[in-house]
Amino acid sequence: MSLEVNDLRVHYRTLKGDVRALDGVSFDVADGEIVGLAGESGCGKTTLGKSLIRLDGRMRHVGGTVALDGEELPIGDDRAMNKRRFKDVSIIPQYSMSAMNPTRRIGRMIADLLGSRGIAYRDLKRELVQRLELVGLPEKVLDNYPIELSGGMKQRMVMVISTLLDPSLLIADEVTSALDVSNQKAVAETLVRFRDMGFVKSMIVVTHDLSLVYQIADTIMVMYAGRIVEKASAETIVKAPQHPYTKALISALPEVGLEYGDRKLKSIPGKPPQLLNPPTGCRFRARCPLAGDECAEQPPLVGIDRGHEAACWKLEESNARA
Amino acid sequence: MTTDATLKSDSVGESRERLYFAFRNPKVVIGLAIVLGLLLVGLIAPLLLSAEPTQQFDAKSASPSGEHWFGTTYFGNDVFTQFAYGIRSSFMVGALGGGIAFVIGLTVGFTAGYRGGLVDEFLNMLTNVVLVLPALVVLIVLSTYLENRGPVSQAIIIGVFSWPWVARAVRAQTFTLRNRDYVDLAKLSGKRAPQIIVREVMPNMASYLLMSVILLFGGAILFAAMLDFIGLGPTDSISLGSMMQQSMAWSALHLGLWWWFVPPGLAITAIVGGLYITNVGLDEVFNPKLREM
Amino acid sequence: MGRYFRRKLLIYGVTFVIAVTINFAIPRMMPGDPIARMLAQNKVSNVESAARMHAYYNDLFGLDVPLWQQYLNYWGALFQGDLGVSLFAFPSPVSSVVLDALPYTLGLLLPAILLSWFVGNGLGAIAARSKWLDNTALPVSYLLTAVPYMWLAILLAWVGGVILGWFPVAGGYSFSFSGPQFSWNFIVDALHHWFLPFLSLFLVALGGWAIGMRNLVIYELESDYSNYMQTLGAPRRLVRRYAFRNAMLPQISGLALQLGVVVGGALVTEVVFAYPGLGSLVLDAIQNQDFFLLQGILLFIVIGVLVFNFLADVVYVLVDPRTRLGLEGGAS
Repeated sequence: MSLEVNDLRVHYRTLKGDVRALDGVSFDVADGEIVGLAGESGCGKTTLGKSLIRLDGRMRHVGGTVALDGEELPIGDDRAMNKRRFKDVSIIPQYSMSAMNPTRRIGRMIADLLGSRGIAYRDLKRELVQRLELVGLPEKVLDNYPIELSGGMKQRMVMVISTLLDPSLLIADEVTSALDVSNQKAVAETLVRFRDMGFVKSMIVVTHDLSLVYQIADTIMVMYAGRIVEKASAETIVKAPQHPYTKALISALPEVGLEYGDRKLKSIPGKPPQLLNPPTGCRFRARCPLAGDECAEQPPLVGIDRGHEAACWKLEESNARA
Repeated sequence: MTTDATLKSDSVGESRERLYFAFRNPKVVIGLAIVLGLLLVGLIAPLLLSAEPTQQFDAKSASPSGEHWFGTTYFGNDVFTQFAYGIRSSFMVGALGGGIAFVIGLTVGFTAGYRGGLVDEFLNMLTNVVLVLPALVVLIVLSTYLENRGPVSQAIIIGVFSWPWVARAVRAQTFTLRNRDYVDLAKLSGKRAPQIIVREVMPNMASYLLMSVILLFGGAILFAAMLDFIGLGPTDSISLGSMMQQSMAWSALHLGLWWWFVPPGLAITAIVGGLYITNVGLDEVFNPKLREM
Repeated sequence: MGRYFRRKLLIYGVTFVIAVTINFAIPRMMPGDPIARMLAQNKVSNVESAARMHAYYNDLFGLDVPLWQQYLNYWGALFQGDLGVSLFAFPSPVSSVVLDALPYTLGLLLPAILLSWFVGNGLGAIAARSKWLDNTALPVSYLLTAVPYMWLAILLAWVGGVILGWFPVAGGYSFSFSGPQFSWNFIVDALHHWFLPFLSLFLVALGGWAIGMRNLVIYELESDYSNYMQTLGAPRRLVRRYAFRNAMLPQISGLALQLGVVVGGALVTEVVFAYPGLGSLVLDAIQNQDFFLLQGILLFIVIGVLVFNFLADVVYVLVDPRTRLGLEGGAS
C-alpha cells in the first residue's frame, strides 16, 4: 500500500466554531493506482487533497493518521512535514496558471526551489530538460518568465516541476478546470504517462469533472459532506453505482461531458448540510429519496464487492429500485 | 474555491453577520468612537457655547483654564469655541468633498469598466491625467482666483480633484465582475446597464466602496486643512486649518501659546486616524481571511 | 515595451496640455478683472508705473485678440520660457524667481521622498514578519499618515526649535549670510536649517510606505505562487524573499503617484519653517495676488512631477519583466 488514510479528521477553524470539512475519512491507495476523488463543491475533496500535503492557516488536524509507504505523514506538523513535501508528496495545484513567481525566470525559480531543498540544479537539469521534452516544452522555456507561456504550457510546466523529485504520491487538484477541451485531454494523458513512467507512484485526482476521472482513474471515490460515501472501480461507479447519492450524481450528468460543475444537482432537491453543526446519522438523509428511520444512525462504509464499498443502510433496497 | 462554499453562510444572514463582527472588532469600535465623539463635539458644542468664534475676550493669550478650556488666542478668541466650530466645518468639508469625489469616481469607474472600448479608453486617460496632476497645487491656484471662498466651494474643488484612485479601483473591480453569471443573467433578462450596475455589481463591492468613502472623507479633511493653512480657507468662517495658520502668523510658537496650535492639528489627526483605524478594522471584517488570523 | 512608453508619454503629454490649459483658462473664466485686482492688492501707488504695469499685463494676457489666438500666443510664450513677470518681485521674470527657489524645495523633497521610501519599505517588510512589531509599527504608521503635514512641522519646530532650542525654526540659512555661498560654514548652517523641515516631511511620508509595504508583503505571501512554493516545502526565507521583491514593484509606481501629495506636503512644511523654497513662494504669491508667479510655480511643479513619473516608469520597466515584455503594457 502506498497511502493509508485512517479516520482522518480535519476541521476549519472559524469564529463561529469548527467546520468539519473532513469527518472520519479512511481509504487506501495502492502502488501505481490513480484514484479519482469526486463530489459537489464543498464536500471536502479539496480539503482532503490539501490535508495530505499542507494544511492552510485555518485548517486543523483533529484526528486520524496518514501513512505513506509505511511511514507516518505528520500532516499536522508543518515543520516536520516540510521534509516530506515535494520529495514524497507533491501537488499540482488548481491555480497552476498563477503558481509560478511572475517576476522570476522559470529556470531560476526552479533552481531557487531545489537549492532551498539542498539539491543542486545542475544535477537535475538534464532530467528536467528531458521531461520538458516529454510534455512538449522546449528547453528555452527555462529562460522565460511565466507570463510568456500560454495557459496550457504553464499547466505542463507546473506538472513537470511538481513531479521533478519523483514523489510517491501526487495530488492533482482540479488540474483541468482552467483549460480548454483539447488541453484537458492532453493533461489527462500526461498524468497517466507520468504514472506509467514511474515519475509518481500513485495519484489522487481531485476533480468535479467525472468524464476526466472516468478516463484516467482506476478507482473513484465519491465524497459527500466530509465523508466518503462510495468507493469502487471507475467502471463500477459510472455504470453500477450503489449509493443513492452517487446514483443521483451520475444520473444528473448530461450525456455529453459528464460534468456536473458547481451547479446544484437538479435531480436532488435541497443542498448539502452545513458542516459547522452537521446532522447526526447519514448526512445525505435530508435529500435522500430512500431515507428511513435507521438513517438516523451513521452508516459504516461496508464492502459490497471486491474493491467496492459504500456507506448506506439501504444498499439492497437501492439495488432493487435500480 | 470549493471549501468556501461550506464556510459561507446564507447570503441573507451575511450582512447581519458582518455587522456583528464589525461591532466586535476593537479597531472598528475604537476608530468609530473617536470619529463620532469628535463629530458630537462639532455638532453639539457650537449650540451650547455662548461665545462666537470671532468674539474677543479681555483675557488675551490666556492659558487653558476653567473659563477658557483651551485658553485664548493672541486676540482673546476662545480657542475651544474656534475648535468646535472648526471640527464642524472639517466634517462638513470632509463629507461633502469626499462625497463628491466618491460619486465622480464611482460613475467614471463603473462606466469605464462596464462599457469598455472607446469610452473606457477615454475615461481611463482622464483618470490617469487627474491622478498625475499634483492636486494640492491645482487646488491652490483655483482657490486663489476665487474671491469668496466658503466651505462648500472648497469641498467642491477638492472633490473634483480627488476621485481618480477610486475610479481606477472601481473600474478594475467592475471588469472582473461584469462577466460573472449573475450579470449575464441580468443582461439576458433585459435589464439596462445602470440597473445592472446598481442591483448586481454594486452590492458585490459594497465593502470596498464603504472603505473608499472613509478614505476619501479623511483625504478631503486633510486637503482642506492644507488649503486653509496657506490662507485659502473659507473667507467667512473658522476652520481647524485656519486656526493653525493664524497661530503661525501671530508667532504662537515663540510666544509659547501651544494651546492655540496643538488642538486643531490633534483634532484633524484624531479624525483622520480614527477613520483609518476603522478602515483597517472593516478590512478585517470583510476579509474573513484576515479575521481568522 | 514600446506600447507601454507610448501610452505613458501620451498620458503625460495630455496632462501637461491640460495643466497649461487650466493655467490659461482660470484667469479668463474667473469673474472680475484679475489685473486690476492684482494691482490694487499691491497698491502700486506711482500712477505712471501703475499704468505701465496695467498695459504690460493687458498685453501679456492679450485680452484684445480672439480667444484661440490668445491660447496660441500663450503656448508660444511658454515655449520661449516666458512665464511672464512676477508682480511681487517686479520686474524679475517668473522663471528666474521660481528657479531661485527650486533648489531648496528639491533639496527638501528628494531626500525626504527617497529616504522615507527606503526606510518605510524596510519597516513594512519587517512588520509583516513579526506580530509584535506589527502591533507597534502599524498604529504608529497610521498615526503618521493621519497627521497633517503642517501640524507635524509645527510640533517639530516647537519642540526642536523653541523648547529645546536645538534647531532654527525659520529660513533656509542664517541672516548672517547675505546669500547662498559655497563655504563649509554656509553648508553646515544650511543643513542645520534643513533638518527639521526634512524630518517633518520624512516622517509623514514614512508611515504610508510602511503600511503599504506591510500590506503588499502579506498579500504576496497569500498569493498562489507563495502557496505553491510552501506546498513544495520551500523554506520561509525563500518565500519571503520572493514576496518582498514582488511587493517592491507596486511601491515603485506608488512612489510616482505619491509625489503630487508629497509636493503639497512640502509646500505647507516650507510655509511653517519659512523655508525659502516654492512653498514660501506660493504663500507670497497668494498674499500678493501674484497670479503669474503662482501659475509659473504650478507649471514647474507639474513638469517636475511628470518627469519624476517618467523616471519611475523607466525604473519600473527595468525591474518588472511583465511590463518589459510588453504583454501587460499600459494596463495601469
